[in-house]
Amino acid sequence: MTDTLIAPSTKSPLERALSTVLKSRETAIALVLLAVIAAATLKNESFLFSSNSWRDLLLTPSILVLLAVGQAVVIITRNVDLSVGSTLAMSAYLTGRLFVDNPGIPIIVVFAAGIACGALLGLINGLLVAFGKVPALVITLGTLYIYRGVVLSWAGSNRINASDMPQDFLALGTRSILSIPVLTLIAVFVLAVVGYYMRTARGGREMYAIGSDPDAAELYGLKVTRRVTSAFVLCGALAGLAGVLFAARYGTVSSGAGTGIELQAVGAVVIGGVAIFGGSGTVWGAAIGAMLLVTINRALPILGIPDFWQRAVVGALIIGAIVLDRVFSARQSRKLIEARDQE
Amino acid sequence: MTSLITPQSTKTREYAAFGSPLWKRVLLTREFAVIALLLIVVFYSRSEVPNFDGPLTVTYLFLDIAPLLLIALPMTLIIITGEIDLSVASVVGLSSVLVGVLHDGGMSLPLAALIAIVAGIVCGTVNGFLVAYVGLPSLAVTIGTLALYRGLAVGLLGTKAVTDFPEKWTDLATDKIGASSVPLVVIPFLILAVLFALLLHFTSFGRGVYDIGLNAEAAGFAGVNVARTKLTLFALAGAVSAFAGVYYTLRYGSSRGDNANGLELQVIAAVLLGGVSIFGGRGALHGVIAGVLLIGVISSAMRLDGVTANVINIIIGLLLVLSVVSTSFLAWVSELRQKSGVRKRGQETT
Repeated sequence: MTDTLIAPSTKSPLERALSTVLKSRETAIALVLLAVIAAATLKNESFLFSSNSWRDLLLTPSILVLLAVGQAVVIITRNVDLSVGSTLAMSAYLTGRLFVDNPGIPIIVVFAAGIACGALLGLINGLLVAFGKVPALVITLGTLYIYRGVVLSWAGSNRINASDMPQDFLALGTRSILSIPVLTLIAVFVLAVVGYYMRTARGGREMYAIGSDPDAAELYGLKVTRRVTSAFVLCGALAGLAGVLFAARYGTVSSGAGTGIELQAVGAVVIGGVAIFGGSGTVWGAAIGAMLLVTINRALPILGIPDFWQRAVVGALIIGAIVLDRVFSARQSRKLIEARDQE
Repeated sequence: MTSLITPQSTKTREYAAFGSPLWKRVLLTREFAVIALLLIVVFYSRSEVPNFDGPLTVTYLFLDIAPLLLIALPMTLIIITGEIDLSVASVVGLSSVLVGVLHDGGMSLPLAALIAIVAGIVCGTVNGFLVAYVGLPSLAVTIGTLALYRGLAVGLLGTKAVTDFPEKWTDLATDKIGASSVPLVVIPFLILAVLFALLLHFTSFGRGVYDIGLNAEAAGFAGVNVARTKLTLFALAGAVSAFAGVYYTLRYGSSRGDNANGLELQVIAAVLLGGVSIFGGRGALHGVIAGVLLIGVISSAMRLDGVTANVINIIIGLLLVLSVVSTSFLAWVSELRQKSGVRKRGQETT
């Protein structure tokens, strides 16, 4: 019986690894990213080659990368977290408040407080979704309102200014080590850790299983509620970290910080190849998707497209990405059915 | 040979027409809970909140929530089928911008409004085509079109705002019916509400909407044209959102790219509050209208009471979370009761 499905591959391991990488979605969007950068640089050399532009190119997406990584983990488990923008605002304002009320507080404590704040908000989301058996869309819609309202009440019309925060903290926002900005290093480190966890650790693989078929995962004996809750805690913690980085990067924190960024995060994740129904995709793709979104925003004015059309371009990209995904998966399932029917 | 047809000597069992008595079927529903909550809030505000009794309250209440009321109607049907449409607010913004740009270019207002509504139908049809015929998940598609349509709106107008609309039309948006304090915009809303209620409860199309929500595959086999139904619903949402956009422009007298930013979340919150299940398959319009009014009354009462807008947001968020958690909790309770009932019946037979 010659099934094309179960015959072992005749390629060498290196060939197989290479073909997996080259045919992957992540490579495709990385190529698109490089194409965008190349096009913008051709138009205006200073997009890439001026003194600040290299730093800005790497620095600006780092916040969205953190949000996209957290969102990807949640979406892989077949949920969604719309409250990350409000969590970011809460953590950023907390950061500013800590510095204002406690001058001389160590920066590491502020980082820990921001992450803990985000993790707590994520825990609330996770408990409601996992134990309440309510769709995450609705719960995080509600918590989006609630957390944003709490930040607005807490901050009122105050805003934290750059002068309220210590210089070393703000320097984090612009400093570079070996010409790579510190914030980007943090984002890449987080990405590497989460990416490794999702790919190799049991918890990560179980999250893919839960997203792929929650009922089967339950019957198989996986601790679905625990994994889903930890996915939300991770997403919240990363949003909290993103809030601290937001305060470091921009210096000014008002109560409207991060409004609308949750949809950008979901868009980045979708562009990055994570299926909205969960079970597939990688955090690497989500991170590259986030970089692509931010870089396109910055490249459009240089390419001659007025600033105002950015959102339309982003929207078209998201739709294009999911249509392409659908076309490929339809083609793939047709091929598999043909192969099966050939026996 | 004995006849095979023996007369019935045993008494036949009588079955009631419905499973539970009428009072239970009316009072123990989510819709009634929302309506009761609305009445409680209204009566409480009339006595406790200063100035709530005045004629202006009703006027501003309806003027402010008219877009919500309008868009909640097709959104209810979409959510009953198990889909969702996050792009409605962007269609409102796009239609608002189109009215502004076309009017600025010299077109008459009614024609500009008509073109805006046609544009809304096109936007909705694109959504519907991608969801129903290409088979993409509506959450992802409408997140994309939310950005696309909003981007088109902002791109067409930039940072400008068109504000010179003829008084004849802006007055039409804010005028009241005769001597009452109810604004004119309630009339188109009532017409649409009646039409949607007829569509949902008295046509086979509406029956199909519920069937798709309960089990789309089974509905397809039962003869419901699932794709065409979904396409129609999304197109209707686009049309109604565009109409709401025209109203919004005339009511505030200003056409801006970011008009009605964030409205979609309020609409979805109101629809879910009104008893429609996010899983699809159950819900009714009267609950949704009560849900929208509830949000409007709470916002307006709190504003009159001097409470800041963010606390209002917290309350709406809490209401939303509580309403869905309570549904889930009630389902769990009834499941427990069913299981213990089965156990008891099992014990009786042994």
